[in-house]
Amino acid sequence: MTDDAYLNLRGIDAGYSRTRVLEGIDLSIGKGEFVALLGASGCGKTTLLRTIAGFALPSAGSIQVGDRDVTRLPPDKRGMAMVFQSYALWPHMTAARNIGYGLRLKGWRREAIAARVAEMEALLGLEGLGARKPSELSGGQRQRVALGRALAVDPDILLLDEPLSNLDARIRLTVRHEIRALQQRLGITTIHVTHDREEAMVMADRIVILDKGRIAQLGTPQAIYTRPASAFVAAFMGAENVVHLDAICSGQRVDIAAGPLFRAASLLLDQPAPASGRLEARFRSERLHLRRLDEISPEDGNAIELIGRVEAVVYPGGEWRHTVRIGDGSVLVDGTEALPPGTEVIVRVPTNGLFLFASPVDAPTGTPPSATDEPSPVRERLTA
Amino acid sequence: MSAVFAAPRDVVSLRNFLWWILRAAILGALAFVIFGPLFNMLIWTVAERWYFPHTLPIDYGFSYWGRVFSPRGNALQSLVASISIALFTVAGSLALAIPAGYALARLKLPLRSLVLLAFLLPQAFPNLPVYVNIARLFYEIGLNGTVLGVVLVHVTHGLVYAVWIASAAFSAVDRDLELAARNLGASGLKAFADVTLPLAAPGLMASAIFVFLESLDEFTGSYFVGAPDVTTLPLLLYSAGAGGNYQIASITALLLLVPSIAFMLVVEKFLRADVLAKVGQ
Repeated sequence: MTDDAYLNLRGIDAGYSRTRVLEGIDLSIGKGEFVALLGASGCGKTTLLRTIAGFALPSAGSIQVGDRDVTRLPPDKRGMAMVFQSYALWPHMTAARNIGYGLRLKGWRREAIAARVAEMEALLGLEGLGARKPSELSGGQRQRVALGRALAVDPDILLLDEPLSNLDARIRLTVRHEIRALQQRLGITTIHVTHDREEAMVMADRIVILDKGRIAQLGTPQAIYTRPASAFVAAFMGAENVVHLDAICSGQRVDIAAGPLFRAASLLLDQPAPASGRLEARFRSERLHLRRLDEISPEDGNAIELIGRVEAVVYPGGEWRHTVRIGDGSVLVDGTEALPPGTEVIVRVPTNGLFLFASPVDAPTGTPPSATDEPSPVRERLTA
Repeated sequence: MSAVFAAPRDVVSLRNFLWWILRAAILGALAFVIFGPLFNMLIWTVAERWYFPHTLPIDYGFSYWGRVFSPRGNALQSLVASISIALFTVAGSLALAIPAGYALARLKLPLRSLVLLAFLLPQAFPNLPVYVNIARLFYEIGLNGTVLGVVLVHVTHGLVYAVWIASAAFSAVDRDLELAARNLGASGLKAFADVTLPLAAPGLMASAIFVFLESLDEFTGSYFVGAPDVTTLPLLLYSAGAGGNYQIASITALLLLVPSIAFMLVVEKFLRADVLAKVGQ
């Protein structure tokens, strides 16, 4: 918690009747900061945003903006503006009246409102569309009207509830950067809810990963990507390949005995290793080294080497993606060169791309299982 | 050879023909059942003399129209009474149905469907004993024979349409649209006035028309509570019909029919499918 935090959440609990959606959320957001709430559907990110906006009251905890306690304030007294996932534009008003509504409530004069609306239209590239009703606008234009409506009132805090999820994939990529650039130019404190990892990474200063109503990790995009705090975060950030192994750890050292599926290795991590015993090793399919079993590696030992066999190889663009069977499970490995199915191979995972966690107690023992063949709970929730 | 092939074709075309005849007969019978009485009524409005065994009137003319609209005919007076009672009923019903419908649509009331059902109760009991008792009660407190008394009876009757349709109309307005207004600084009442009410207006309009038509048509309650001091068009129609004066009865019925048909066309335009889908939910 920083002293210059602008929005402070402390111990927020929330839920509907019996089910608790949020549990003990502590979060501090600095002025002008762009924070993304990232998580699979049902993790509570939208509930958290709506609680901040005042649409739902928390059952415990407090929300402070500056030195003002807004926990029990109605939504109209909070100085926040939200862009809804559905945009929630009023269908009976023109785009210009939608944008100017907040100013009308503030009692601005007609000419002042018209000037501000024109300014917003220019800022968002909506010139000439002010007289249209929302039903006469395209998805992207509606999204910008919704953004304009929120920005027109010059809010203290801007809340974005998956505003890009209803846009075409191609438009989405440009709008990401437009919103980010606008936010930086205007310096508005922004909270952005999304389930899209890449979107959160490219837009946010800091990312909050939510899992089952709790904060799983909080940090810069780079920190979360390179140092996931838990197996859940690692999986969410794309490290979906899983191998279970036994290791003896001390300090930052991890020693792995040779087995039928991996060679002996002695790793030196750049962070404290988990406790000795059964470990869950996670890694992405990128930046691995794949070679034939009989090839000699010139590289040093700071990596684990898995022994397996190529099952399939496809070309998704860029590099060749191999499905490599290791014991009962399989992993995805990208390589510059296509190795034909049936090839006995070594998959080399360097320590800087390897995430080690203590294995959950119910993890199967014996041969290493994997997440790539079986439906992974994380992946299922992502596509749901 | 050709005869062998032609035979089945003839059978098929004969079957088609019979099927056509059957359908035409059913549709014709249906049309007669619906439009026959209406047509009969139309003829009666312009019949001067018409008695058995003549299939059609002997003389045609508009003299009964003159009698209906003459100062002593009571028709204009009843028309004014009927329309003003209907307008007051609409005002009363909407004043109750807007808050009630909104509450039923938005708040998660535990006994929501039970509340909706409760509004059906006046319809569930036989009309006659209910209105006789209301008349007795109103007589004691001096409401019998007053316009207010009749309006009250019509409001209880119309409330079921008003509340059900209003609640459906409010349910069809996305809650986020309201929250978006609250979010930008509108108080609850302001958001309701600026967003919810205009968006629910077509549905409310439809419910108002239903209540208006129900009130215009209502007989039993008006009879027990209003007659003889308050004469509405249906009461006039009743006394004319009971007195065997079919011309006056038909002309009065036509007067009642015109607003009904006109408003039904309007309602059809106002009641959108998404509102209808939420009626009673």
